[in-house]
Amino acid sequence: MPKWFTPAALVCGAMFAVSPLIIANAPYESTMGLVQKVFYYHMPSAWMFLLGALVCGFASARYLATRNDRQDRTALAAAELTVLFGLLTLVTGPLWARRAWGTWWVWDPRVTSSLVGWLIACAYLILRKYGGPGSERLAAAVAIFGMANVPFIYISVNYWRTIHPATSVVPTLPVSMGAPLWFCVMTFLLLFIVLMTMRVRLEESKSRLDALHLALDE
Amino acid sequence: MTTPTLAASVWQIVRKDWTVEARSREIAYTTLFFAVSCLLVFAFAIVREGKAPEGAGEGILWATLTFAGTLALGRTFERERQAETLRALLLAPVPRAAVYLGKLVGIVSLLLTVELILAPLVSLLFAAPLLSRPIWLLAILLTGTLGFAAVGTLFAAMLVRARSRDVLLPVLLYPVVVPVLIAGVRGTSALTDPEFDAAIARFWLALLLAFDAVFLTLALWTFELVMAE
Repeated sequence: MPKWFTPAALVCGAMFAVSPLIIANAPYESTMGLVQKVFYYHMPSAWMFLLGALVCGFASARYLATRNDRQDRTALAAAELTVLFGLLTLVTGPLWARRAWGTWWVWDPRVTSSLVGWLIACAYLILRKYGGPGSERLAAAVAIFGMANVPFIYISVNYWRTIHPATSVVPTLPVSMGAPLWFCVMTFLLLFIVLMTMRVRLEESKSRLDALHLALDE
Repeated sequence: MTTPTLAASVWQIVRKDWTVEARSREIAYTTLFFAVSCLLVFAFAIVREGKAPEGAGEGILWATLTFAGTLALGRTFERERQAETLRALLLAPVPRAAVYLGKLVGIVSLLLTVELILAPLVSLLFAAPLLSRPIWLLAILLTGTLGFAAVGTLFAAMLVRARSRDVLLPVLLYPVVVPVLIAGVRGTSALTDPEFDAAIARFWLALLLAFDAVFLTLALWTFELVMAE
């Protein structure tokens, strides 16, 4: 593990431990009340979900072009994180929607495209697991299509008449709400980096072990 | 010997697929029969007291096309695998793009033929006025089918040697083509609206064209790299 890993993991843990207190101290939103606080975890997890899909797509494209196994390991780790953060986004979203929109689920462009992005990441992992030898190359092609969906998720709220809050909401937040939000974004980003590093490292160890097994057989 | 142009190579592959299909008619018949069976399943599931819910026909048309298209895609490449001709196709001295485009044209033409029979049937069984604007319908069906087949051809080709390919094709394909299906259903619904607005239909058609452009570009680039060996 790199030298910075343990301190980064400790800082990340501490930030997560503190985050509920910071969120609790943030002011209540006038119309939604307590449930608005879901937003402090929902939006950072949604950003990490999109970041995961982008990293997975870029690494897959580079893997297809260069056949460098390191890129493939990065893509796999990013796909798993896309599924994880995507699930968090898709669970926290309805918790907020139930109060804000009066329903758990709405087939809104952003919600639908996010679900599609999450399903593509799941399909990537299913292909890796059950596709047999050579599935990493095939999965890389799927990841590229997953990456193409990311700009669509991002701009969907600006181009369609939708009930999902627009991207432009974030800069308009007062400091009392903006500061906890950016704190949570940094916390989730650090968690993303820590998990990504750990997962890539694990894949590296696995491939080294496989190489040793092969060498032993020969 | 002169090197054939890309268009000539594509045409050769399309002609080969059409000849094979004209002799056996296997994929056309099975796809069409499967599509009609799907329509019946939908009819039994949603038609109540002889009436289908309003707007159901458009959705059923696209859902049936998706299921039948998946069957046709899988079968097209399975035939190449069984006859051991896929390797010969990939070894042919033509660009990989020509192989992809040839297969794509073959699949799109097959699905369009199925759609020509399916659309009047849906119109009849689900009381959907699908044929009231035939040129618009043809444009929506063509662009939607192209988007679906652009991704489907790539995935079916790359899965041909994968384990559990029959299960994996829909698992990979459906999430990616959902935007095309949404635009296809909404575009078709715009045509059957009693207060038809050409601007709405144009919007969905333009969106389908945009998806086609993105999917075709990505698929052409990826096919070359994935089918390298």
